Amino acid sequence: MTGRHFFVRSLTTLITIFGVAVVVFFVIRIAPGDPVSMMLPPGATDEDIQILKTVYGLDKSMPEQFVIWLKGIVGGDFGTSISLRQDVMGLVLGRLPATLELSFVALFVAVFLGGGLAVLGTLRAGSVNETAIDLWNGISLSVPDFLWGLALIMLLGVWFPVLPVSGRISPSLDLDFSTQFLLLEAVLRFRFDVISDLLKHMMLPALALALPLAAIISQVLKQSLKEVMRMDYIMLARSKGFSESRVLLLDGLRNAILPTLTLIGVQFSFLIGGTVIIEKLYSYEGLGNLAIDAVINRDLPLIQGIVLTFAVIFIIINIVIDVLYTMLNPRLRHG
Amino acid sequence: MGKTITANARFFLSAGWLSIILLVAVFAQFIAPHDPLAQDLMLDKVPPMWVAGSESGYVLGTDSLGRDVLSRMIYGAQIALIVAVAAGSAAMVLGSALGLLAGFFGGWVDKIISRIVDIWISFPPVLFSILLVAVLGSGLHSVIIAIAIIDWTRFCRVIRSETMRQSRMEYVDSAKTLGMGKFSILLHEVLPNVLPAIVVLFSLEMGIAVIIEAILSFVNLSISSDDPTWGGMISEGRSIIYHAWWVLVFPMVVLFLTVLSFSQFGEALKEKYDPVLQ
Repeated sequence: MTGRHFFVRSLTTLITIFGVAVVVFFVIRIAPGDPVSMMLPPGATDEDIQILKTVYGLDKSMPEQFVIWLKGIVGGDFGTSISLRQDVMGLVLGRLPATLELSFVALFVAVFLGGGLAVLGTLRAGSVNETAIDLWNGISLSVPDFLWGLALIMLLGVWFPVLPVSGRISPSLDLDFSTQFLLLEAVLRFRFDVISDLLKHMMLPALALALPLAAIISQVLKQSLKEVMRMDYIMLARSKGFSESRVLLLDGLRNAILPTLTLIGVQFSFLIGGTVIIEKLYSYEGLGNLAIDAVINRDLPLIQGIVLTFAVIFIIINIVIDVLYTMLNPRLRHG
Repeated sequence: MGKTITANARFFLSAGWLSIILLVAVFAQFIAPHDPLAQDLMLDKVPPMWVAGSESGYVLGTDSLGRDVLSRMIYGAQIALIVAVAAGSAAMVLGSALGLLAGFFGGWVDKIISRIVDIWISFPPVLFSILLVAVLGSGLHSVIIAIAIIDWTRFCRVIRSETMRQSRMEYVDSAKTLGMGKFSILLHEVLPNVLPAIVVLFSLEMGIAVIIEAILSFVNLSISSDDPTWGGMISEGRSIIYHAWWVLVFPMVVLFLTVLSFSQFGEALKEKYDPVLQ
């Protein structure tokens, strides 16, 4: 990435984040109804309401509130949650690890499932297996994560109860972890009982999130694998007598991966967006679940903090993918 | 050859299912065996007719308030289709108009619209829709407005790039030479050529609208929870999943088939009529 490109990129990123902040701030303030009077018991006097409004800064004009909020964010202060009466930054950081771990496990599942189907479909090109894979991809692509989540709950939670369908971890497990990155910490501490419990709880929500993405990965990767497998250097590798699957995995995949990678970046943002409803569905204690509660409780500072966090995550993913793409694409590397 | 056969099968299967849903929705009051709102607390959680303990007349069983699952699903089709058509059209008009403008005029018009699209897609859509409905207040019209406000970007992005491509073609130059006004060229020359893409996206969007409505009902933010919606039934079914699976499963299967059909119908249209999106 050249210096100029980097500068333009950072500037547009800042404009986008600012735009998100403006939209979320003003959208939730158009709402009729007063979040403060909802917090107080019915007998509260106007004076009580006024005092509480001053506490949350809601007595000032909207532009003033916006400037105060923005100043706070720059200094790392997202305000105080109205319904939970805690620091918004603390709440968000407490829940974010759960959502990130779920998203990355889902991404992992999607890449392996999608990659596996693509490789299988290419090796068995023209067979019944390929048709079956195409059909499956078509279906899992058309049906969103919410419905996969419901179907999986029914199938593997109720009819064949092999996996838990709610929560992040069994309450009976004794945990004295120092971070909220439970899975990561469990791995580092070799707590295999915790790892298996966490993964069991994550499996169904992660699968629900992964199925549509796996289908997209499989379709695009299969397409580029088929193109690559017709190239001269593949013919050369074949003529050396290597088996078809070896040629495909060692020589084909490396060159076919690039279009898929960019796609995964965009789609990973969608996957993270999907955690909102999937976490609700599986009562998984993450950011999305917190977000829905915040909206229902009219918790303005908390909603603002969470939406902004999601936006920043999306933007970071885009930048990472940009950098990865430049690093992996030989044509851009020296450009 | 094989491709055409599957394309046709896909077209007829999805069109067939959607026609059934349409007919069911239109004639709901003649088809539904019960009043979808009628409660009978003596007959709560009655299982479907082929399961032991069923009651005659309740083919797919009843929910926890003793309301007939089949009748609620039939009336639920009305709400699903209203949302699909209304929200889909609104998103289509808004997104296509902005996409046409951005793609045709370029320059600062394009810069502003593209920046807004960038900001919009930085919101998680489900959270954004829940937020909007919370702000607008529950009700069918809020749901429709919220879906349109969120999903216009889907049309805008595709139509913008498609309009750009069309604008570089010779027929646009000839129209300019003939002295046609810019808006006239946009409406009479460019629009007809991007129309197939718009129609395909519209079909996909209707499926998405149905799902978003279901999600909003699921978190109790769509229309009132008494009214029969597939999402509302799913929400109730999720909470009594270990006692009465049928309350969840039947609406879920119908939702599944409907969303799948909208999407496959769009794909089939794409294969049949639109060389561009392929």
